Amino acid sequence: MRAGRGEQSGRVGPEGSAGRPPGGEGIVVGFVAAVRAAGLPVPTGATVTFGRALAAVGLDRPERVYWAGRATLVQRPEDVPAYDRAFAAYFSGRPVEAEGSLVQTVEVGLDVPDDGADDPGADDGGPAGTDMALRWSPTEVLRHKDLAACTPEEREEAHRLMAGLRVQAALRKSRRRRPDPRGRGRLDPRRSVRRALRDGGELFRPAATRRGERPRRLVVLVDVSGSMEPYSRALVRWAHAAVAARRRGRVEAFALGTRVTRITPALTSHDPDQALRRAADTVADWSGGTRLGDGLRRFNDEWGVRGAARGAVVVILSDGWDRGDPEVLGAEMARLGRVAHRVVWVNPLKASPAYAPLARGMAAALPHVDEFVEGHSVASLEALAAVVGR
Amino acid sequence: MASLDVDGVKAGLAGQDYLADEGLATAVFLALRLQRPLFLEGDAGVGKTEVARALAGWTGGRLVRLQCYEGIDAAQALYEWDHARQLVHLRAAEATGRARSASAEALEGELYDERFLIRRPLLQALSGAAGDAPPVLLVDEVDRADDEFEAFLLEVLADWAVTVPELGTVRAEVPPVTVLTSNRTRDVHDALKRRCLYHWVEQPAFEREVEIVRVRAPEVPEALARQVAAAVAGIRALGLYKPPGVAETIDWARALTLLGRAALDERSAGATLGSVVKYREDQQRVRDHGLDTLLRDAETVAGGP
Repeated sequence: MRAGRGEQSGRVGPEGSAGRPPGGEGIVVGFVAAVRAAGLPVPTGATVTFGRALAAVGLDRPERVYWAGRATLVQRPEDVPAYDRAFAAYFSGRPVEAEGSLVQTVEVGLDVPDDGADDPGADDGGPAGTDMALRWSPTEVLRHKDLAACTPEEREEAHRLMAGLRVQAALRKSRRRRPDPRGRGRLDPRRSVRRALRDGGELFRPAATRRGERPRRLVVLVDVSGSMEPYSRALVRWAHAAVAARRRGRVEAFALGTRVTRITPALTSHDPDQALRRAADTVADWSGGTRLGDGLRRFNDEWGVRGAARGAVVVILSDGWDRGDPEVLGAEMARLGRVAHRVVWVNPLKASPAYAPLARGMAAALPHVDEFVEGHSVASLEALAAVVGR
Repeated sequence: MASLDVDGVKAGLAGQDYLADEGLATAVFLALRLQRPLFLEGDAGVGKTEVARALAGWTGGRLVRLQCYEGIDAAQALYEWDHARQLVHLRAAEATGRARSASAEALEGELYDERFLIRRPLLQALSGAAGDAPPVLLVDEVDRADDEFEAFLLEVLADWAVTVPELGTVRAEVPPVTVLTSNRTRDVHDALKRRCLYHWVEQPAFEREVEIVRVRAPEVPEALARQVAAAVAGIRALGLYKPPGVAETIDWARALTLLGRAALDERSAGATLGSVVKYREDQQRVRDHGLDTLLRDAETVAGGP
């Protein structure tokens, strides 16, 4: 059927009368459907634009049709492969293959790392919480309980507790000036003239502006390797609180696995649970193995050093187990540290009294970290919110 | 422009020393035909800004450039009143005693007159006369501006009209040809992209890069241009932090020609490496890889005479 449409429209010359798609709407709507089936979000308005674009370039040259679609239907370079698939499939008459479903049901136990050092305190998570149970309310106990030791119900409850968190990164001076009611800053000619006009042309009360303040960008990098899973889910929840609290600040979240996945879009929904599920869907290697250095390098190349981490407060959640070369991790951390305002490393294992940063990756990263904090419980994540705001 | 087609765009831009590939030419053609802004993204130095320049040169429209930066606002992008002159005017009115006799409204009307208006780029771009070639509006590095500005830009791009409260609505007789560029330091809001045609500008393939160097720097001999382009391709494959763009290739070829080299050898390459590779770590990586290896490989790629 699709091939038939292709033939039919192939007869139409390039100079189709302006404004009307030659070959009818069939090819437009059909191809857009194929593009959508390949996983691209195409708004209706873009379909109309694509139709007009086809009318303008004509249908006799496949590459023109290709580029007309690229310019009107694709908005991000990441979407190009999906578009290419849809294009190839649609114009060859094959059904579109969606990229293999990324949704993975993950049921992974503790991932034993092949890192040289020992793993102190990962298995016997959360001894601290139990003692306190006698004196504090159940909520209070939960706040201090190690997330890895929580039952699924407790974890649900812990996530609910975090929904109330207010996370905002430290402030910085903005270049945007605001009116200064005390009139002491730089002269604001616009409002001064207005006032002079009201005072019969005399400049009695000059108005002034001062530099405003804005929250810095907050960048959250979540290690999604197996041993980090309960914590990474909690930190993603924490990042969600940051996104929900944003008024004018900006939050970016990335999952660091064998590749870097930007999960910010998944965090913008108002329902954290749904956002988490979506984050899990987009991170193909959720709970897979990690090469932290490589992941960080990719982040630096594609986002961080380009601008996302510049002047930002960067929060990295990881236990520092790195299957790759620790030198790579050290170099990438140095690079990140040079552009970021502050780098906060959250290591849930730090809560264990016996913990010493022995993992080679962790040791390589530490010199470039401004704050090294724990992040194993709700209470410690609350403390993290304070650290980030400093 | 009625008989314009994609090949016409290619030829037109080539006339301005800009060699567009099929994809870019199609996108530009569509932007002209559909009167939509063109949103260009790509690595630094692939020639995004140059597109607008070439377009303006070709169509004869005036190039209006708006460089974005953090904190840019309407006063810098759209219009501003010349407050100093306004105050002088008020003083003059006072000195002649007119301030007392004239009504406050009349005085205000005098102050907010077109002659005290400073037109910033966006307003300039909306002021093209119907008969002339439309102005070319370049909104450069829009990713550097902040969200508030994006929302404001969206408004202007949507209906090519702005309202100056003191004067009324200014509507463009001819919508400007608009090019937005971004280095992708952050994602621009979807709503803004939706108004635009989108094109990701790729690094050119080897032969095209040679052509570009030849066109942009005619003083560079062909053999050298081929060597330099091949060497740059080799450097890009090394996985540097900041791989060199086309602009760097041109710079390098120019630098070598200025030094009077007809061919790229190890010594001159080492001396001029700073015009292509601009990070200490990256330079180290290139040197570790070995300039001789790089040049030998480049020789194979460049081939020819």
